[in-house]
Amino acid sequence: MTTQEKGWKEIPPAGVCWKPSTEYLTGDWKTYKPVRDLEKCTRCLLCVIFCPDGAIHWNGEKEDIEFDYDFCKGCGICANECPTEAIEMKLE
Amino acid sequence: MESVVKQKVLALNGDEAVAYAAKQSDVDVVAAYPVTPQTIIVEKFSEYVANGEVETEFVCVESEHSAMTACLTASATGARTFTATAAPGLALMHEMLFVASGCRAPVVMAVANRALSAPINIHGDHSDTMAERDSGWIQIYAENSQEAYDSVVQAFRIAENMEVLLPVIVGLDGFTLSHTLENVHGLPDGVVRKFVGNRQFPLVTSHEGKAVPFKLDTEKPITIGPLALQNYYFEFKRQQEDGMTNALKIIRQVHKEYAQISGRQYGDGLLEPYNLEDAEIAVICLGSTAGTVKTVVNDLRAEGVKAGLLRIRTFRPLPVEGIIKALQNVKAVAVMDRSMSFGGHGGPVFHEVRHVLYDVSEHPYVVNYIYGLGGRDTGPSQIREIYEDLQRILQTQRVEKPVQYVGLRE
Repeated sequence: MTTQEKGWKEIPPAGVCWKPSTEYLTGDWKTYKPVRDLEKCTRCLLCVIFCPDGAIHWNGEKEDIEFDYDFCKGCGICANECPTEAIEMKLE
Repeated sequence: MESVVKQKVLALNGDEAVAYAAKQSDVDVVAAYPVTPQTIIVEKFSEYVANGEVETEFVCVESEHSAMTACLTASATGARTFTATAAPGLALMHEMLFVASGCRAPVVMAVANRALSAPINIHGDHSDTMAERDSGWIQIYAENSQEAYDSVVQAFRIAENMEVLLPVIVGLDGFTLSHTLENVHGLPDGVVRKFVGNRQFPLVTSHEGKAVPFKLDTEKPITIGPLALQNYYFEFKRQQEDGMTNALKIIRQVHKEYAQISGRQYGDGLLEPYNLEDAEIAVICLGSTAGTVKTVVNDLRAEGVKAGLLRIRTFRPLPVEGIIKALQNVKAVAVMDRSMSFGGHGGPVFHEVRHVLYDVSEHPYVVNYIYGLGGRDTGPSQIREIYEDLQRILQTQRVEKPVQYVGLRE
């Protein structure tokens, strides 16, 4: 593909990962992006628990949650689980 | 040879010879499902386990798909792994065969070659392994039970070689070899154990940036065989081709080293030529049929006919240069295929031999004979007719039928 990618002699066999998963930004897979209504959100943190990618964090300083769009794949589980329907999936 | 080890003569059928070789090869895990004509292999091996003669973990699984899955995953943890199957079982493994080779899992598998259904037929032909020729497995075909034994011992060394790291199929013709009692010379346990040695692991860069052995180990974690998309999948497939190229060299090396202790060799381990040096006409075949062809070659030679045989022992990787060299003086070649490629103008061995010879400026006539499907016997008189066809082609300088069927009723 691009010139930055390694050649077949440079990579380990059998698809062995030579980088940690934190370096593979999977956020660009998403079609729909979760957007939060700050008024409706009660900071119950259910979305933090349900997110399968650990892409929703609790920021202690701000006392609020944050979406990490570098890793959010847009699955919509957070929006589905939110008890106050504060999360809407919007086309990117 | 001075270094040849004294050996016991054992009365074994092909399956028992394979099981005995696996028993001596210090196998850690066997996962298998019984299927005729392979069943004796795993039955015999399970007896070894039950009697405490081996320290192998024997996993009884519910299908061949699971057998191959268990084998390749055990292999990924660093275990030496063996299994055996035959036609329908091999077909059920199809998906996992590619996963095994893709994960570079050096599993060794004996296949008692059998016809594929339908109609149901349990007897010998090569339809099963030929259907898996593109699965990334090395394929070695034995001519007799002795060679099946020798090949299984060698297979572990070939598969696990760090330049190869590919799974190996050792094929033995169903019933003709699998169920026929022969004298088999068995090496002492300690000699085989020393020959196969312990698995070695290349170092790979892990996701933590560390150089760690290529095996699944919770202390030194790596990930094997995960997602690779448009940007990397192709590169991993190219690596497998490199393993196949290296295997051409390693198979010869291992075969030579084994010959020094056993006193037995099969050509160079890739190809076995028989009376080919001055041959004008030659047959090419795989497996047990070569024994019959050799008898016919002897008869023809006694009559002054310059007939020869080239037995392909290693079909994957295909020994391209060896085939070209072996056939350089031959004027007409008959390729015998014990399987069909329906609608493909001849069988798979024919396709490949003809394809290899395209690069030779003055190539011989190459014709195809499909034979022995579903275990149908192919005797010396039929092989003699093939040689007579080749003589006719040379006399008339004309091929009437490039693809023919041996012993088929019209």
